[in-house]
Amino acid sequence: MTFLKKLGSGLLTLLIVAVFLAVWIALPWPAIVAAAVLLALWMTFTRRGRQTWEVTKVGLATVTQRLGSSSVVVVGIAGVVGVLVAMLAMSEGFAETLRSTGNDQTAIVLRGGSQAELNSILDRDSANVVIQAPGVKKDAQGKPIASGELVVVANLPKKDVPDSDSNVPIRGVSEDVWNLRGQVKMVEGRKFKPGLRELIVGKGASAQFEGLEVGKSIRLAGQTWTVVGIFDSGDALESELWGDTQSVASAYRRGSSVQSVTVLLDSPKAFDTFKASLAADPRLKVDVSTTREYFGKQSEGLTKVLRAVGITVGIIMAIGAVFGALNTMFAAIQARAREIATLRAIGFRGLPVVVSIMLETMLLALLGGLIGAGIVWVIFNGYTASTLGANFSQVVFRFHVSAGLLWTGIKWALAIGFIGGLFPALRAARLPVTTALREL
Amino acid sequence: MKYLHLIWAALFRRKARTFFTLISILAAFLLFGMLDATRAAFSSGDSVIGVDRLVTTSRYSIIQSLPSSLGGRIAAVPGVATVASANWFGGIYQDPKNFVLSFAVSDNFLDVYREIELPADQRKAFDATRTGAVVGEPLAKRFGWKVGDKIPLQSTIFPQRNGDKTWPFDIVGIYKAAPGAANGTDQQFFFHHKYFQEANAFQGIGTTVGWYIVKLTSPDKADAVAKAIDALSANSDHETKTQTEQAFNASFAKQLGDIGLIVSAIMGAVFFTLILLTGNTMAQAVRERTNELAVLKTIGFSSRSVLCMVLAEGVLLLLLGGILGLALAGVVVPIVAKGSGGMLNLPPLGAQTWVLGIVLMLIIGALVGLLPAIRAMRLNIVDALAGR
Repeated sequence: MTFLKKLGSGLLTLLIVAVFLAVWIALPWPAIVAAAVLLALWMTFTRRGRQTWEVTKVGLATVTQRLGSSSVVVVGIAGVVGVLVAMLAMSEGFAETLRSTGNDQTAIVLRGGSQAELNSILDRDSANVVIQAPGVKKDAQGKPIASGELVVVANLPKKDVPDSDSNVPIRGVSEDVWNLRGQVKMVEGRKFKPGLRELIVGKGASAQFEGLEVGKSIRLAGQTWTVVGIFDSGDALESELWGDTQSVASAYRRGSSVQSVTVLLDSPKAFDTFKASLAADPRLKVDVSTTREYFGKQSEGLTKVLRAVGITVGIIMAIGAVFGALNTMFAAIQARAREIATLRAIGFRGLPVVVSIMLETMLLALLGGLIGAGIVWVIFNGYTASTLGANFSQVVFRFHVSAGLLWTGIKWALAIGFIGGLFPALRAARLPVTTALREL
Repeated sequence: MKYLHLIWAALFRRKARTFFTLISILAAFLLFGMLDATRAAFSSGDSVIGVDRLVTTSRYSIIQSLPSSLGGRIAAVPGVATVASANWFGGIYQDPKNFVLSFAVSDNFLDVYREIELPADQRKAFDATRTGAVVGEPLAKRFGWKVGDKIPLQSTIFPQRNGDKTWPFDIVGIYKAAPGAANGTDQQFFFHHKYFQEANAFQGIGTTVGWYIVKLTSPDKADAVAKAIDALSANSDHETKTQTEQAFNASFAKQLGDIGLIVSAIMGAVFFTLILLTGNTMAQAVRERTNELAVLKTIGFSSRSVLCMVLAEGVLLLLLGGILGLALAGVVVPIVAKGSGGMLNLPPLGAQTWVLGIVLMLIIGALVGLLPAIRAMRLNIVDALAGR
């Protein structure tokens, strides 16, 4: 019978943990704040609540005596939250950089089945058909606003790593690009002049690769090009070097062909008309997508992998941290066994004891979560990194430790604290008063 | 060794605590095993088989191809045994998600890559079939290809001359990678450069190759030969860059990101936490046993043997949890690799991982045992027994 009872209560506890985790993950922050306020109200205005508060105060006051073991909880959870938030910040930063590169009002056209600009090729005639299609916005002179572009890849060394080779994208753009990509602003120097071997360099590329400063020259395809300006766009274009389409085409012997055509649409709604008219044209076999869709898709794979790795590593570390917390809290209630038994003997009920021990663990967990998230925020927010993107070339991106991610980290910390505190708390509440008083 | 049962008894004095600590250690080493496999997957540069091979690419960029006439001139450089070539094909099978690492290769390519183990009759069939292709075993398994199958592969770059983007291939051979081959060797798809050249819509591409693979007569001539090859095309419009295959692979992996650094950072955080956690457990355990240790000393155990016993306890704790963790990683890693559908090529846990893991267990074990052990050694019998 007692065995069945034990089994039953064990299963019940597991069920509580499972339900708590499920609800916890789904809960938005206002609900959690509301729960915290409710808890505070309960602790101030009911008798049980005030008892809980008193017991918690005693627990917290004695934390300093158990500094070593309490710090295990704090540091363990800080580690979990730090690694998790850093990985997610990397994933989010990369996704955000690519997502913000595109919008709904510009469309990009590639040869059918190409997937990335680097693989695509469109001859002059096809490019002209695309530019003249309905739905493309025209400027004051009635000329469609479009840019036929080339993307080639050059080897440049990374800064501080002299012998390394990185694939850096070079984009040949037409003059309309300034109307097409409003987010691009010159921050240093001037724009390139069509027909000359001049390049402007994205801020990210300039920071990551050697020799990309205004006034310096680099060798591309056996020719010397001069860097005349640096631009800022806050997105993936910052990893690129831009020159005039014709100059890039002649240097890389591309003739009059281009790899992609990007057009400005009359409105986001005009996309369907534009796409339908190109699909209906028997002269063309092209893939049409909005730039938001095109760049968004490029981040999908890596973002997913990084998220999956971050969460897997986080879960394994969290398991380790939960057992660390369990150890600490079991030791804590053991050290306080006599005191808890005395409280029970003078009339305190089980609930205040359970809640106070859980509160203590969760406060330690919260501290750990704040430390972990804080360290990551200080070190990694805005940290620049680069990886190979869809065009077989480097995409420079920044880690983004958003408020949402910090919140996720805190949520994980509190969940670990909850599980780590629940079992010791239940044990404390069930402690037979007489045996506990006799101990020591 | 004769104290083993004593150490064991001390370790499991409090079963719950030791069990919880073991799970934390297990989690840490499970993570270590998995992350080390990931790191190994991205550092294919350590293959020992390719030490006598150089890779010659365009100096300006990986996307620029080299003239096929260069091959003959490279072959004439002293120190060069054979020259093979390869072109990037960028194949996908049925769905854009199913990317196939596919290359159009010269006829002698398979001779240069000895680690590609293809049965002799299949090799003959490959040489005799214009549209023939050989594929690695895991790749063939992934798509259910068998020898004799006719499969279509779409190129993201090259259409056929008739405008069709789908290229038909005959699977004539399925190869295995020899032990010691670079990770991912058995995930590739090779076919004849001749087919690629004749059927390609881009006429110019046919007369160029993507890169040359140069087999040396002896690995220690690598530097001199590389310089001589690059000198052949100096100041031309197709200057080359020649490096060892290892350097080429390593620089490629580097471009993805510094995986090694990320892995070390995570493991640094994990092990720091682990040391604190187990250190705390050990300190608790020894503090509780003050009386018992005093008794041990009283009945004649020397201070040194008490020190050793506590140290051994820490090491044993780490070894127990760590070996279980690594063994679990050994089970989990292949499952993860399989579950990713060929996306993530995790190699099975190597001897190197095990050795590094066990060294880490020993170091961490000694580290967490040290302070409590010194405390136990310095224990004054009278004070301890009196409970002071």
